[in-house]
Amino acid sequence: MIASRDKAPEREDIEALLPWHAAGTLSRRDADRVEQALAQDAELARRFELVREEMAETIHLNETLGAPSTRAAQRLFDAIDAEDASKQRRTLSFDLTAWVVGFMSQLSPRTLAWASAAAVVALVLQAGLLAGLFVSQRGATYQTASYGEAATTATGAFALVRFNPSATAATITTFLDTHKALIADGPRAGGVYRIRVAAENLSKDELARRIGGMAEDKNVVAFIVPAN
Amino acid sequence: MTYVTDNEPDWLLARPIHEPTVGGMQATSDEALISRIATGDRLAMQVLYARHHVRVYRFVLRLVGGNAAVAEDLISDVFLDVWRQAGKFEARSAASTWLLAIARFKALSAMRRKPEEELDEETAGAIEDPADDPEVTAQKKDKGEILRKCLTALSPEHREIIDLVYYHEKSVEEVAGIVGIPEATVKTRMFYARKKLSELLKAAGVDRGWP
Repeated sequence: MIASRDKAPEREDIEALLPWHAAGTLSRRDADRVEQALAQDAELARRFELVREEMAETIHLNETLGAPSTRAAQRLFDAIDAEDASKQRRTLSFDLTAWVVGFMSQLSPRTLAWASAAAVVALVLQAGLLAGLFVSQRGATYQTASYGEAATTATGAFALVRFNPSATAATITTFLDTHKALIADGPRAGGVYRIRVAAENLSKDELARRIGGMAEDKNVVAFIVPAN
Repeated sequence: MTYVTDNEPDWLLARPIHEPTVGGMQATSDEALISRIATGDRLAMQVLYARHHVRVYRFVLRLVGGNAAVAEDLISDVFLDVWRQAGKFEARSAASTWLLAIARFKALSAMRRKPEEELDEETAGAIEDPADDPEVTAQKKDKGEILRKCLTALSPEHREIIDLVYYHEKSVEEVAGIVGIPEATVKTRMFYARKKLSELLKAAGVDRGWP
């Protein structure tokens, strides 16, 4: 009695598996359990035959349901084609920012560091090249204020000048152009520059006259005297 | 039965259903096809469609009460989802199980959108009650035909599980994944579906002596 009570839940468990056993979708272990039970239990075997009947008629019923028309396939592949066309349009409208972000995100930190260093070097080189090109194009019209080998070594008439602190580089340049002067040296102590007033030697009077003319430009010149 | 969800859940596409992959070449080939589909391979899509569309259609057709036009639209939608979401497919589940899970969701969503009166009319039309003419059916002495009539008279819930187990050959675990219920409930539901079938058969004059 006790033994049969113990067997009842196990039989129910096995019986619940019969549909899957008929379909062949049980694990090997469960299938073996069911096979053993079927071999020992005639009533269970009879019920298994009922399951097989149900399965056969379910398959029969489903097979009589027919198949979809070609319309379904047409609708599907039309939709896929439409999506592809839309995707291609999106690809054509290239998003540079998204591409750069995507590209950078794929790089490893080490690669990214090397790439950054290379980019910095490239920028510096480029800046140097541009500056060189600019200087070569401007020629003698551009010199640093304190540089002018020809002016310093050449003979001529010179003056010492201190520019007004409020004078800008542009006004000083204009001032020098106006008076055909060049900065020969400086700045020296006190912000004094030596400028060449004329390429040739001038008499004292002529030099004084020219320096006097320059001194009138108070916006640019704070102090100016003849120099040797 | 809780079929109502507002939006298509992610689990339909991304969640592994944790069933053993059907171990033959077919399952492996399906996975390879889906991988190719993920790269935009249209031919792979055609092969997968050719391989599975009939079974998916029949599953959906039963769920939508026999409306062929609705079922055809739905299978297009199912495979379009596969095209879009192939990259999310996890090979731990069989492709057919994935397809049926998507199909089931779409079919039930479509049925919810239909006006109730239309649904009732269609359902009534699709279900023939064998109890209406037991004598006629019994006279035919065709147990198979009676059994098929009784199968069509089952509730959608019972019909669905019987189809999944017997026709679509889905394991307990796979059915649980497709329907979204625990495995124990799958076994219980199958038992009650079969029990109801026996009752319908008995009412139609076929006593199987079970349960």
